[in-house]
Amino acid sequence: MSNLVEIRNLHFSYGDRPILSALDMAFPRGKVVAVMGGSGSGKTTVLRLIGGQLTPQSGSVSVSGQPVDASNTKELYALRRKMGMLFQHGALFTDMSVFDNVAFPLREHTDLPEEMIRDLVLMKLHTVGLRNAAQLKPSEISGGMARRVALARAIALDPELIMYDEPFAGLDPISMGMTANLIRKLNDALGSTSILVSHDVHESFSIADYVYFLSKGAIVAQGTPAEMMASSDPYVKQFVNAEPDGPVPFHYPGKSLADDLGLRARG
Amino acid sequence: MIGFLTAIGAWTREAIGNIGFATRVLFEMVRASGGLLRRFRLVTTQIHFIGNYSLLLIAVSGLFVGFVLGLQGYYTLNKYGSEQALGLLVALSLTRELGPVVTALLFAGRAGTSLTAEIGLMKAGEQLSAMEMMAVNPLQRVLAPRFWAGVIAMPVLAAIFSAVGVFGGYVVGVLMIGVDEGAFWSQMQGGVDVWNDVLNGVIKSIVFGFAVTFIAVYQGYQSQPTPEGVARATTRTVVIASLSVLWLDFMLTALMFS
Repeated sequence: MSNLVEIRNLHFSYGDRPILSALDMAFPRGKVVAVMGGSGSGKTTVLRLIGGQLTPQSGSVSVSGQPVDASNTKELYALRRKMGMLFQHGALFTDMSVFDNVAFPLREHTDLPEEMIRDLVLMKLHTVGLRNAAQLKPSEISGGMARRVALARAIALDPELIMYDEPFAGLDPISMGMTANLIRKLNDALGSTSILVSHDVHESFSIADYVYFLSKGAIVAQGTPAEMMASSDPYVKQFVNAEPDGPVPFHYPGKSLADDLGLRARG
Repeated sequence: MIGFLTAIGAWTREAIGNIGFATRVLFEMVRASGGLLRRFRLVTTQIHFIGNYSLLLIAVSGLFVGFVLGLQGYYTLNKYGSEQALGLLVALSLTRELGPVVTALLFAGRAGTSLTAEIGLMKAGEQLSAMEMMAVNPLQRVLAPRFWAGVIAMPVLAAIFSAVGVFGGYVVGVLMIGVDEGAFWSQMQGGVDVWNDVLNGVIKSIVFGFAVTFIAVYQGYQSQPTPEGVARATTRTVVIASLSVLWLDFMLTALMFS
């Protein structure tokens, strides 16, 4: 099976601060791949590099065989038409209704008549269970509903690649389960490839085919969810079992408490 | 001393970098504006938003400025027995200077801040990023319609300001003080030149519209995506736009009327 997205020996930094180093990842077509790790591990940066919103210092990112980092603006925009992205808080256009949000990519990129756009939008909204909320404004719906509207918008053009940035963050258990279920079902129904950036172990493991664990910008573990659950890697164990201390320390690195309180000097 | 020079060097480098980036954004935005001709509805929506909502403020301000011009003009002209020239004074002051300048300053405070905050909050809410990821250029879809709407709305608002101001001068000068009505209008008709006075005022307001709206949309686009960043950008819009209008007014006046 060929890979839709490939990242090879990628290095990325903000100024002097390295974010990702020597990253190698592959995202096979038709699969749901989870990229997991703690806050600040570089997960969202991976999505932005795949989407071409950031450019790596070295290494390569390719989508459908086309190098993202070497594409000009026109090529990049053509490539992005094959992608859909769900942002952490939905990023809905607050001045538009739910309907207009989902219709936005269709109106921007197609010359379809308005009647057809209406039917397509209602079908997408039906898929996420919000057909009857079409005329509401984003301010009138809950966070979970906003996430589902954003999902409907992300799949409006039936993309080959769907990227999810923390789709479960801040959701109640019902919305979380509903969103996870949708991600899997949509991926299979559309025959697309999904990249799921999350730190929610239970939901991600329930729908992912493969998992990458990132820490400090590098891959520390990878495998199927079952392999990760059985892993003896200290980082994976800490993450999967939600242990407060381990390779990821509880305390922010720096001076010890004794030094701060001046206890050593007194002794 | 070396530290001071280093700071000046760093500040200069940053300032030149910012001007360069702003120029690039302006060119990219103008270049991306071609598609707006096919979708002019995007511009008209913004003209309604920033023009119509500023209308009341502009009209009321124009009326009061006209009142004051009528009063001040009468007191000054009366000393020289030239109160019949009040209409001319009011009309020239408004069309040449006060109409374009005060409208631009009010526009910066009313519509400029609103544009900056709107775009800044869109950025903070990742709406601009979402647009980019949908292969839609925010410069074309968000900034350009607002920019052209400002450029179009400003001369119209300035004309309304001047017209209402002339009416205000008429109310105070003719109806309240008793300046001869015929002299008020005939002096104005005879003394105001369409090309030298009115057209130059229109050119000024177009230039101000260009400057103020670009500063507003650029500050929103460049704002830090945080509540504090948006607040700072909004303040910068008012300060930079106001100073730019006054500086441009001086330059244009020197060019046009010297």
